[in-house]
Amino acid sequence: MDLRPFRIALIFVSAAALAACEGTVGTVDDPVTTTPPATTASGASTSGAGGDTVSGAQTGAGAEDATTTTAIADPRHPLDDPSTPLGTHTIYFEFDSSDVPDSAQPVIEAHARYLSEHAGASVTLEGHADERGSREYNIALGEKRTLAVRRLMSLLGATGPQIRTISYGEERPAQAGFDESAWRLNRRVEIVYRTRE
Amino acid sequence: MVGRKVIAFFIAALLAQAASAVIEVTVTRSTEAKQPIAVVPFGWQHGGEPQSVDIAAIVRDDLARTGLFEPIPFDSLPGRPHRYDQINFKDWRLLGPGSLVIGNITPSLTAEGGFVVEFELYDVLRQRRVIGYQLTASAQAMRRVAHQIADYIHEQLTGNPGAFDTRVAYVTEQRGADGSARYRLSIADVDGHNEQVILDSSRPIMSPSWSPDGTRLAYVSFESERPHVYMQTVATGDRERITDFPGINGAPAFSPDGDRLAMTLSKDGNPEIYIMDLRNRRLRRMTNDPAIDTEPAWSPDGRFLAFTSDRGGRPQIYRVAADRGGQAERITFEGSYNARPVFSPDGKKLALVHGGGGRYRIGLLDLENGALQVLTDSSLDESPSFAPNGGMILYATREGAGSVLSAVSPDGRMRQRLAVRTGGVREPAWSPFRN
Repeated sequence: MDLRPFRIALIFVSAAALAACEGTVGTVDDPVTTTPPATTASGASTSGAGGDTVSGAQTGAGAEDATTTTAIADPRHPLDDPSTPLGTHTIYFEFDSSDVPDSAQPVIEAHARYLSEHAGASVTLEGHADERGSREYNIALGEKRTLAVRRLMSLLGATGPQIRTISYGEERPAQAGFDESAWRLNRRVEIVYRTRE
Repeated sequence: MVGRKVIAFFIAALLAQAASAVIEVTVTRSTEAKQPIAVVPFGWQHGGEPQSVDIAAIVRDDLARTGLFEPIPFDSLPGRPHRYDQINFKDWRLLGPGSLVIGNITPSLTAEGGFVVEFELYDVLRQRRVIGYQLTASAQAMRRVAHQIADYIHEQLTGNPGAFDTRVAYVTEQRGADGSARYRLSIADVDGHNEQVILDSSRPIMSPSWSPDGTRLAYVSFESERPHVYMQTVATGDRERITDFPGINGAPAFSPDGDRLAMTLSKDGNPEIYIMDLRNRRLRRMTNDPAIDTEPAWSPDGRFLAFTSDRGGRPQIYRVAADRGGQAERITFEGSYNARPVFSPDGKKLALVHGGGGRYRIGLLDLENGALQVLTDSSLDESPSFAPNGGMILYATREGAGSVLSAVSPDGRMRQRLAVRTGGVREPAWSPFRN
């Protein structure tokens, strides 16, 4: 007697919840008690429009690095030739490590040389970690990876102002998945050109 | 009778729709010995609109979720008393040494549109009343009234205050068909109802932390392209960016007195722990080490900050005196990965993320004897957060392709799963007690 309506209620609620998710988020009704109902969307929402920004574009680039790099090759520009170190824009790391692997040295050297020869070019080094462990530690780990790459690039002739760094920790994986095949693609520094020549 | 029930049920369903409860709680593991309890549907005394929220059901479900109680299903109740003189104690012997909860709802004579909810808790064996209270609130506050009743009953029967009338903040991420992500910071009652999105962004949101009075949340948002710490008043939505340093601005944690915010800043070249005095925005640096120092957590007495550092090569938990910083003392020694500490409300234990054997689980460190107990048996757990009564630890865990919230008791015997139906949910932060 009691169970059946309850089950119906659950179905009803989940359908309603789904409907609510599909539509706009602007739920004005707030059946919670407290003081003034907390409809905070206006003040809180950031300027929506994901994708117009640098970060939106970077996400796309990251995903393509991981899977279909050849698709965006532009042989006219050395930065876009994936068969060369300069056309490689991602450096991968071991777990919980910010040691730049030897195999990445040619990539770092190529970009450092490009930056030193093109004073108007500049990059953002985006640091990332795989999803294991805690999130803020992974933010710190991602930063440590960017700083290791920046240090090498600076030693090889790139100047400080040409290189910015930011860490996203585990917040922006390049590859979905929950095992080493995805994780190894997510422990990375992406070299994203802000300006090129 | 049936007609009214149907109407009441229908309105309850409508209300649930407005609230769009997205979290469904199921108990996945619990203790063997449970206290029997009967919560009788509350009486509805004439006048006004039919009471739409089934208070008794909320009380019953709250108590059931603790794993400490075994509520009798409504249709197995031997009677439906609403007052003492309607209780035939012989009928309730099936409860053994259990408890009986009855109640009544009447329109308030003083508060316009409000209700008076009375409840009484009876010891069936001794045939006497244990407690009885009357709560007056608006119609919109009825779910909260039910949670408060459950809190009274829990405290009376277990000796510990209940934490049903509390909330959870958490971050969700949804991917669109085009791969674009939406990040939301939300707050819901601990039973998953009344979800409110308080921040909606196309860029990551991280690390929500409640102020000790439960009115504000500090968190990290990448909305300006770089991570910064923001503070937001929950009821009004007013928010303020409170850091603007180069590098990492992260891991905010309110001090127990609410006047200061511990955080991680890498403005000096690598991540260090700082305390910002929120009254004058002055910073004090608490650590000084070329390694990673992050994830500060205050001891409840405000004397210590525990934090994660890899100064020994791998992440481990350290602690510094919050009044002066300086020399840090390492406090975890078991395993090669311990991170994201949080103190229990009594300050005697530290929940953390414990890595080992390729798994990351929730561990509990006894600060008195140094013993580390692993509480969970999943493989990718993170972000532990204590209930304000210390009775449960909420955390995020990987399940299938998504991330869900789970809770475990500090002895590891009781586990709950909070299934969110809308995408990945993570970084739960259990609110303090509400005033």
